[in-house]
Amino acid sequence: MYWQQDIETLSRDRLEKLQLERLKATLDLAYNSPFYKKTMDENGISSDSIHSLDDLKKIPFTTKNDLREHYPYGMAAVPIKQCVRLHSSSGTTGNPTVVLHSQKDLDEWANQVARCMYMVGIRDTDVFQNTSGYGMFTGGLGFQYGAEKLGALTVPAAAGNTKRQIKFIRDFETTCLHIIPSYATRLAEVMYEEGVDPRKNTKLKIICIGAEPHSEEQRKRIEQLLGVKAYNCFGMSEMNGPGVAFECTEQNGLHIWEDYVIVEIIDPVTLKPVKDGELGELVLTTINREAMPLLRYRTRDLTRILPGNCPCGRTHKRIARFQGRSDDMIILKGVNLFPIQIETILMQFKELGSNYLITLETVGNSDEMLIEVELSDLFTDDYSVLQGLTKEIIRQLRDELLLTPRLKLVARGSLPVQEGKAIRVKDLRKII
Amino acid sequence: MTINQISIFLENKYGKLSEILSLLGKEHIRIIAATIADTSEFGIMRIIVSDPQKAYAILKENNVSANLTDVLAVVTGSSADDFAETLAHFTKAGLSIEYMYCFAVNGKAILIIRTNNREAAREVIRRQNIEYICESDLIQL
Ligand SMILES: [Zn+2]
Repeated sequence: MYWQQDIETLSRDRLEKLQLERLKATLDLAYNSPFYKKTMDENGISSDSIHSLDDLKKIPFTTKNDLREHYPYGMAAVPIKQCVRLHSSSGTTGNPTVVLHSQKDLDEWANQVARCMYMVGIRDTDVFQNTSGYGMFTGGLGFQYGAEKLGALTVPAAAGNTKRQIKFIRDFETTCLHIIPSYATRLAEVMYEEGVDPRKNTKLKIICIGAEPHSEEQRKRIEQLLGVKAYNCFGMSEMNGPGVAFECTEQNGLHIWEDYVIVEIIDPVTLKPVKDGELGELVLTTINREAMPLLRYRTRDLTRILPGNCPCGRTHKRIARFQGRSDDMIILKGVNLFPIQIETILMQFKELGSNYLITLETVGNSDEMLIEVELSDLFTDDYSVLQGLTKEIIRQLRDELLLTPRLKLVARGSLPVQEGKAIRVKDLRKII
Repeated sequence: MTINQISIFLENKYGKLSEILSLLGKEHIRIIAATIADTSEFGIMRIIVSDPQKAYAILKENNVSANLTDVLAVVTGSSADDFAETLAHFTKAGLSIEYMYCFAVNGKAILIIRTNNREAAREVIRRQNIEYICESDLIQL
């Protein structure tokens, strides 16, 4: 059931003690990098100034921009001679980012991925096919080494060529896949077109899906089409890649490995921690990486900590499925809010469709929010019912957002759609 | 006794309305009666057409937010007294009228009524022997 029972079920006390030790060791290491030497000196921080995990707050945040500005080797905490691999982002805007790995880092990363895979039931008797691109994209090599560490027979199929993927799945009797959710649906469709019923004609049973946001409905659909269990994985190249957090078989939140990272969830404006359970930006500190430690790295990803213990027995915290980027945040009348908060409420009404548009506008001297949402269908011919619905939606939005938006029900298909992806927020506010 | 009325959700964009109506026109569906109730934010157009099922299918196909509701269609004389008398039958039976509208054919008024209790309303029509029309009559109107 567990890859490393001792660590995965370590009591919170001991886990936090381990985190503190590793944090102090990480600070000593980080001081070797030109970037952190400067930051730590300027802020008077050393491993000696950290007495509890709470002292983490004394350390300034690290941003993606810091990584860009210190491209390529300015964040290295060990001599480059000691590094054995680097992964680099594509860098579509400005400098790319680079993450350096020592051999020890790669071994630890492989262990982290193996732990995730073991958690969802993958064993050394399985045949694991990886449909990720290899090369700089961490989903390829990351899963490759993890699966090898676990002892599964690996099929490094890489991305694309659906017919060949299907041939491999059948010939090699593949039992597990790593695949992005949209491609999983596509793969299933092609199988059915070719007369292959994945539930009967293949040995597929477990798939790891990640790298793009997907809803619970999409997961269920993939599970049904392929006749598998699908588990959500989370990774980002700055944190090695896949394996940072992974669902257990409960499929209720992703365990984030706290012997590898320290987790914080902050308000992206005040930069203060949010209360447990509240939505905010995920901030991670690596505590098990030597070539390039990152302290309080702002991931820009929005999530929240799920309260309570997981029935699986693992003590590492669970985070919710990712809910967008902190860059999407709206500030209105001094209140911070995220489109996802509005979406969550709207989606609870079966009378409403999935397309909505938030418009911020200046009316007189004040900024207002207008939410237009499509009706899923006309379910009544009585407009007092529609007015009642409008009132109820506004009431729930007000309770969540602490401000009162205007709400307009619109006909299905009437909101703008761009390249298949709905536009969510339009800001027409005038600066007064 | 009851006929299917189509309700269409309208935003206050009148171009949209003619677009929807021409969808029906292309398929030779006649509009026998129409009424629009609106607020400042949205409106609902209610129509009686020659072939409600077909019209509804066309609207669905074209992704129009529409609803099929059965309403009473009773025949009455065109004087105010005739109206009052017919309505009184329903109100005396304790029914409340959610909405009504009427149209005239061959000197007779056809009253479209939606009450809060469909079964009780049918009972009133039977007991009072009120003249009514059926969906199959629509095609000839
Ligand atoms: Zn669990």
